[in-house]
Amino acid sequence: MNRGFSSIWTRKTYRVGDLSPLEKGIVYLILTGCLFIFAFPLVWMISTSLKTLGEIHQFPQTWIPSPPQWVNFKQVFQDAPFGNYLSNTVGYTLVTVFSTVFASSMVAFAFARLRARGKTALFAIVLSTMMIPYEVVMIPQYLIFSKLEWLDTYLPLIIPSFAGSAFLIFLLRQFYLGISRELDEAVKIDGGGYFILYFRMILPLSVPAMVTAAILEFMYRWKDLMGPLIYLSTQTKYPLSLGLANFTAAYGQTPWNLLMAASLMAVIPPLILFFLLQKYFIRGIVISGSKG
Amino acid sequence: MPANQATNPLKTIKNTRMTGKIGAEQRREERAFWLFISPWAIGFICFVGGPMVASLVLSFTSYNVIDPPQWVGLDNYLGLAKDNLFYQSLKVTGLYVLLAVPFTILVSLLLAILLNLKVRGQPFFRTFFYAPTVVSGVSIAFLWSWLLNPDFGVVNSVIYDLFGVRGPGWFTSTSWVVPSFVLMRLTALGSTIIIFLASLQSLPDELSEAASIDGAGRLVRFFKITVPLISPVILFNTIVTLINSFQIFTEAYVITKGGPEWGSYFYILYLFDTAFAQFRMGYASAQAWILFVIIFVLTMLSLWVSRKMVHYEYDNRP
Repeated sequence: MNRGFSSIWTRKTYRVGDLSPLEKGIVYLILTGCLFIFAFPLVWMISTSLKTLGEIHQFPQTWIPSPPQWVNFKQVFQDAPFGNYLSNTVGYTLVTVFSTVFASSMVAFAFARLRARGKTALFAIVLSTMMIPYEVVMIPQYLIFSKLEWLDTYLPLIIPSFAGSAFLIFLLRQFYLGISRELDEAVKIDGGGYFILYFRMILPLSVPAMVTAAILEFMYRWKDLMGPLIYLSTQTKYPLSLGLANFTAAYGQTPWNLLMAASLMAVIPPLILFFLLQKYFIRGIVISGSKG
Repeated sequence: MPANQATNPLKTIKNTRMTGKIGAEQRREERAFWLFISPWAIGFICFVGGPMVASLVLSFTSYNVIDPPQWVGLDNYLGLAKDNLFYQSLKVTGLYVLLAVPFTILVSLLLAILLNLKVRGQPFFRTFFYAPTVVSGVSIAFLWSWLLNPDFGVVNSVIYDLFGVRGPGWFTSTSWVVPSFVLMRLTALGSTIIIFLASLQSLPDELSEAASIDGAGRLVRFFKITVPLISPVILFNTIVTLINSFQIFTEAYVITKGGPEWGSYFYILYLFDTAFAQFRMGYASAQAWILFVIIFVLTMLSLWVSRKMVHYEYDNRP
């Protein structure tokens, strides 16, 4: 393209992103309004968690509890085995995140780097399993695990995670496709096999992608209710999601202040993780959408 | 690569001469491939493929877990055809999907466009728009049932302060309960927003600029250039939202348990009750398969309808 001609395209006056001050004002107004709608529930959650039951039902409603009832948080631990819930969730989440991410990465490596007959068809099957609702396989899975007498243990939730997840396999495969193939040749020349290639070269190089996958899996496991609901029946074995869902069962009237205190404790770990690692998190979402 | 080999006679000769060796290496590579995908392959057979076939077979039986399953033919499906609660669950789920999908797509596209504009504090806005999605689940469901509490909820008290009227009953009213779930869903749009945002950022500036030189306004440029260019992403988000919306469970299980008067008795709630409260595994399997067929047909339908509407910049379909 002609140099002088192309400069027209980049001339400042025609930049699409530029807005007039009035337009900027409107954009700010809408964004701040939405921000308020999104942030407000969380602020109200904190406020409620520090009130007494009396103050909750007071009109007009107050924003800042006086005095703040920090004792609510202690009360939650006394009314329900919250310490158990917390340690169960952390343990369960760590194990499943590790196994899912590791297995998915192995499978993704094979689909990205190794040649085999029928590979394309197999990968199509991997992708199509993302469309199958969990409910379709849930009942036979339950029957299998009940025959194995694994009910009321974490095994039915942990063992399937060793198969990896179709979504993470797809995500990691996209990443592995981007790693230079020259590495493969280098390893081969040195006489190394595919396992050396995977463990010595690909795995260390893919740490950022693995972190992305791990965060996505963490967020899913931390919140999951259906799985624990089906398999766990002893209260002390509950994870946070299930413990919280059953929290009000012991009370006649809903103790909104305690419920909000308990909920707040359940959302803080994923929120902190998100704020620290949002770069990885968002990249994972973006890659997942880029196949459209 | 095969095409390349065919056009290069030298290479073809070389290959045929060394078939034995290449074959051995290829076999080694193929063995490694199967070894690496074995976790998925075993998992697929045990936890996905096998169970899918099993649940199809179970859907033709009557099975209460204790006694051995009994073949009943099409009875489960015929029973569902006469089951009022089944129609009720389909109705409320359908209503939810019908409201949730278009609103999700429209609102998240709008927010993505705003977040794509060059304004100060953009990273800050992006982070905070995403945060609610991270924590959605049981806690947030409780939070919303508290916010929308008809008597003591802060939303109704704000409505009263501003307009002097009593707000709706939200989760306690049969006509408001589904819209309430949709409203709740609209505050956790993070994933769809981020995917739209990424697609907007990958658009070439030149087209839009060329059009603006030609005198096209912002709206015209948006509908004639931006929308066609991101149409594959709109399709992707629509299908993902559609599949997710049909599977709404956690929120309803926590807040309403299906009430009031079955007004939010979503499909999965009914399926869950049939399977794990009544232990009618055959009937529940039939429900699960109907759901699968519905989702499958709707996905294929959206792909088919969008064939003419979706614009692929680079035609890389075979």
